[in-house]
Amino acid sequence: MTTLTFKGGEFVELERRDQEIAFEDWANGARPSESSDGAAALVLSNDADLDAIGPDLHRLAAVILQFPDFKDGRAYSQARLLRDRYGFKGQIVARGDVLCDQALFMVRSGFTVLEIGERDVAAFHRALGAFSHFYQSGADGSWSVFHERAKARAAA
Amino acid sequence: MYRYDEFDAAIVKERVAQFREQVERRLAGEISEDEFKPLRLMNGLYLQLHAYMLRVAIPYGVVSSRQLRRLAHVARVYDKGYAHFTTRQNIQYNWPTLVDAPAILDDLAEVEMHAIQTSGNCIRNVTSDQYAGAVAGEVEDPRVWCEIIRQWSTFHPEFSYLPRKFKIAVTASENDRAAVRVHDIGLRILEKDGETGFEVIVGGGLGRTPYIGVTIRDFLPKDRLLSYLEAILRVYNRFGRRDNKYKARIKILVNALGPEEFTRLVEEEWAASDGLGLDLPPAEAARIKTYFAPPAFADLPAESAAFDKALADDADFARWVRTNVVPHKVAGYSIANISLKPVGAAPGDVTDAQLEAIADIAERYSFDEARATHEQNLCLPHVRKDDLYAVWKDLVAAGLATANMALASDIIACPGLDYCALANARSIPLAEELAARFSASGLEETWGELKIKISGCINACGHHHVGHIGVLGVDKKGEEFYQILLGGSAAEDASLAVITGRALSAAETLDAVERVVRFYQDERRDGERFLDSYRRIGIAAFKEVIYDDAHV
Repeated sequence: MTTLTFKGGEFVELERRDQEIAFEDWANGARPSESSDGAAALVLSNDADLDAIGPDLHRLAAVILQFPDFKDGRAYSQARLLRDRYGFKGQIVARGDVLCDQALFMVRSGFTVLEIGERDVAAFHRALGAFSHFYQSGADGSWSVFHERAKARAAA
Repeated sequence: MYRYDEFDAAIVKERVAQFREQVERRLAGEISEDEFKPLRLMNGLYLQLHAYMLRVAIPYGVVSSRQLRRLAHVARVYDKGYAHFTTRQNIQYNWPTLVDAPAILDDLAEVEMHAIQTSGNCIRNVTSDQYAGAVAGEVEDPRVWCEIIRQWSTFHPEFSYLPRKFKIAVTASENDRAAVRVHDIGLRILEKDGETGFEVIVGGGLGRTPYIGVTIRDFLPKDRLLSYLEAILRVYNRFGRRDNKYKARIKILVNALGPEEFTRLVEEEWAASDGLGLDLPPAEAARIKTYFAPPAFADLPAESAAFDKALADDADFARWVRTNVVPHKVAGYSIANISLKPVGAAPGDVTDAQLEAIADIAERYSFDEARATHEQNLCLPHVRKDDLYAVWKDLVAAGLATANMALASDIIACPGLDYCALANARSIPLAEELAARFSASGLEETWGELKIKISGCINACGHHHVGHIGVLGVDKKGEEFYQILLGGSAAEDASLAVITGRALSAAETLDAVERVVRFYQDERRDGERFLDSYRRIGIAAFKEVIYDDAHV
């Protein structure tokens, strides 16, 4: 299993060794032990209610979101909400039907880790670099063209 | 009209390169058809009954002469010399090959065109009033907001894999020519206390389960548009059904939750995303607005002696003017409609030579611009009255002067079983035959507006639910049958047509529709439209006419 992780400005192949906690267990009070703090990952289904995670979100190193089928785009909104609404700073992991043709959408929605299985790493790198400008500001910190234009005008 | 800057150009170019690579991987067998399908659909490439079909976006219907010439070029080089205008202000090619698709997109990108998001479960080409910027009474030019929505929705990372397709329409007029009440989101620009904003209508749509949209916000300040759209789309992306594609449109969600609960979710989402900078920077709105400044209209008298003389001298011209020409907001100008519904041809079809003729006419007489309409016609938005006769003669020469705008023979029809893999029945031959009969009757002008819309299956691409008369193709044990519907409208008086009864054969349908119109002619009062007669008289009498056994 290849896992691409965003690190130092690029995606690198990196093993992840998080302690995974299922959402049901989390809801029943399971928490990462203090000693393992920072290495726990919560696994969410793509219809999970993010409000139910509660205030301990910051104790997680990662949240794992699911693409049961690459055509099911619910996890994009979950990732975006985790970043924008809940201020989650840890890793957001894409798991499941993670294909290179959706990778850029994932990254721009806030995913920082892509579990790509046995798929071609080079294809992912190509796909992630396919565009140099975007019409929306991304959760990855990319500015929208609307803002780029404003900056260009200010500099002129 | 809008022109690409370096950013727009780069994005479209990069998209072509990306798609070329995706096609190469498909041809090499590196990705499955299942994986490739959403990718090609998001670039407007369908696999039809006989071949691929490429749908090219004409954003909110605005097209320049240079672009029309390029569309003609594509028709000639990559297709069989013609193209087809759709009900969503797009243009389709029915015979391109997969291998050629990237080259076609290269050719289109050179003239600032693309096929981005003309299909797929994403935000589609935004549509608008074909008379935008030309007709009197607009609060503001809707194209400015259409272009903003076009850019915002292009490759939106969160909303590219929605439960189902998503269509947005914008109007700024009391006379709704954009059908905003039958779109996933309809936006009506209005003014309140000196401020401009939007009425936000959600959950309209046709297809298998037609709905008239509901207003979820009476007034949204215009500078908050994008954050509000984000809130609606997010609620839909999270909660819209994905288990059944026929129940996946936002209209189903709105009705399952109820409009109040849906509105509450959107407003809550919107409030929670306040301060994230999702709205357009005001300077950007101003920048985009400059592209839609009025062209350099001449200071002309309201009347034109040359025009009046031509009207008096040439009855055919006079007839075309009565049906196809509408008033312009600037004195001395008119809006000239080009009907793509000549008798005996498929609705919306044009040849490469006709596209070039339209390009020449638009360049010479209409500030280099034409518009596609959601009723599969075109219009020339800014023609001097002095020039109308010359324009008409050029249109006659190109076979484009059919004088039937909004009349009974101006029929909308989907491609139907002649082209489409989903269809149950043919649409085009029915449209052709009805058009021929009504045109030959010599009466259609006296009836005035009479909208007939034909779909070959319940997916309703021919908008039969909003036809004054709708016809729906159904399959009965492998044979083509048709249901007749009455009383629909997609305009400001929006309503859904009602099925009148059991399906009829094609021959019976043609006769029944003709009887319905004759009945209307006998019953109409004070020159009322078909729709108004129907609404006054009620369905029962019309049913009798359709199913009168003495006739069938």
